[in-house]
Amino acid sequence: MSTPTRGTAEATPSAAVVRVSFDGRPLEVAPGQSVGAALTAQSITAWRATRKGERPRGLFCGIGVCFDCLLTVDGAANQRACLVEVREGMEIEGSCPEVPSEEPGGRA
Amino acid sequence: MKPIVSTDVAVLGAGPAGLAAAVSAAETGAAVVLVDAGAQPGGQFWRHRPETVVPEPDGRGHHGWKSYLDLRARFDAARHQGLITYLPGLQVWMAQQNQPTQADDAGFTLRTTPTVAVAASGAGVGAQAIVARRLVLCPGGYDRQLPVPGWDLPGVMAAGGIQAFIKANGILPGKRFVIAGTGPFLLPVAANIAEAGGKVLAVLESSSPTAWLPHLRAAAGVPEKALEGAQYAAVFARHRIPYRTRSIVTEVLGSRILGMDRVSGVRTAKVDVEGSARPGTERIYEDVDVVGFGWGFTPQMELPLSFGIETRIDADGSLVGVVDERQESSVPGLYLAGEVTGVGGATLAVLEGTAAGTAAAGGAVVPEKTAARHRRFAEAMHGAHPVPAAWQDWLSPETTVCRCEEVTAGQIMEARESLGAHDARTLKSFIRAGMGWCQSRVCGFASACLGAGPGVSPTAESLSGIAKRPLAAPVGIGELAALDADDH
Repeated sequence: MSTPTRGTAEATPSAAVVRVSFDGRPLEVAPGQSVGAALTAQSITAWRATRKGERPRGLFCGIGVCFDCLLTVDGAANQRACLVEVREGMEIEGSCPEVPSEEPGGRA
Repeated sequence: MKPIVSTDVAVLGAGPAGLAAAVSAAETGAAVVLVDAGAQPGGQFWRHRPETVVPEPDGRGHHGWKSYLDLRARFDAARHQGLITYLPGLQVWMAQQNQPTQADDAGFTLRTTPTVAVAASGAGVGAQAIVARRLVLCPGGYDRQLPVPGWDLPGVMAAGGIQAFIKANGILPGKRFVIAGTGPFLLPVAANIAEAGGKVLAVLESSSPTAWLPHLRAAAGVPEKALEGAQYAAVFARHRIPYRTRSIVTEVLGSRILGMDRVSGVRTAKVDVEGSARPGTERIYEDVDVVGFGWGFTPQMELPLSFGIETRIDADGSLVGVVDERQESSVPGLYLAGEVTGVGGATLAVLEGTAAGTAAAGGAVVPEKTAARHRRFAEAMHGAHPVPAAWQDWLSPETTVCRCEEVTAGQIMEARESLGAHDARTLKSFIRAGMGWCQSRVCGFASACLGAGPGVSPTAESLSGIAKRPLAAPVGIGELAALDADDH
């Protein structure tokens, strides 16, 4: 499927999808979304582990105050996923420890 | 050396108060610079989808959108005439009063840093220093939080964070929600979720509708709020959202999905008037993927405090700035508007911003009867929705209080009992509570309460001790090092 661009608009032509990568994995996300929203829409809800307890963290305050959602964007470390808008070709890296690929779910 | 912008009036913040201040100052005849951390005008309250993607937002899910459109049109017109210089995408990390050189009006300097390293448009401005004769600070606020077991699980969000997510992205952060805390703000959050297609399993309000009875006179003074309330009631009825009063979340439950812990449910209880859980009222909601908490709001006080302004504790227990009827603080030439003078909502913020902007530009300010009514309403709202006195009983010793530094309630109580750490600043230096990335913005109120002890309200000294943040936003070492070189 091709992604049409609107050549007549004076603003940035808004493509139907934006292609980014998260930890090397390609993702197609919606233009105009925050990195945090784009990941959440893909059911990725945590992308950072805390220093002491290695607890998973993702979005919390959603407005740039709590710094829980930090990740690396195009090589720039400690960016707030709730504030950075996705851009074509963006490389997003989390800092969660490797997760085993198959593990049965269960109540903690 | 950084570019320096000089102006008559600098306004910080492009939310309801800041937009009104900038527009009013410009219309009074001042040259204005508006600096804002956001990428486009609106602040948190009128946050909307990027205008590059949705050029003409319809204002669905918003309140006072007509007021925004009016301010926005005047803002755009003033920018077009060159009266307002708009600097979006910049956070102020330091604000100073200039040394008086010759006469009066030494003015103020704001030092800024880009909010994000990678701006989507690529057109963001670089760091700037702003020098202004008068300064209007409208930094707004954020959700006040109380820790509860499990609140650090992914899927738990600030109620305002869910609201911002929906407004900015046009999608939902999950499918099945529980919203809990106290205050009227929980209603629009739940309503927006339901209108966007999400399932709200329950809204848990720790207070009770009868708490409003002593305040009915104040509420009647602001009829538009009653109308707003009726609109929410209709949305709640249409989507069958249960609104449970005198109810709290006692624990957020998690499960491990693909090796990663996240929210799966909540345990709730009914509480008495103090907020103590009543035995035998426990209930569990399952298959929850997002839990939203909001316990009122905390005004963003670090920049006002950096000038040493006079402060007070407001009716909701928040530290706020003292201002006169022209919104001027105890520091001449420094004006405050919006939540930093008392949490009171967007309508009041616009009225205050209008007064502050007009006064900062040298215009005459007419005292507003409407503002007084809104202040009385806000006070009534705070009185009816207090932070429950017994909230500390909800914690277990293992409950994380400081999310950044992973400090538990047990560690804080231990420091209080054995080290005599009774205020938030001492707790910060002894056990690193509030020392991390967020600089105690999230846990500051809670750790101040825990230091004070059960049922005791934190003092203004304790709250201001931790809300003083020498660097108001994280900056690179290069920007710090450039301070000397930049000085003029």
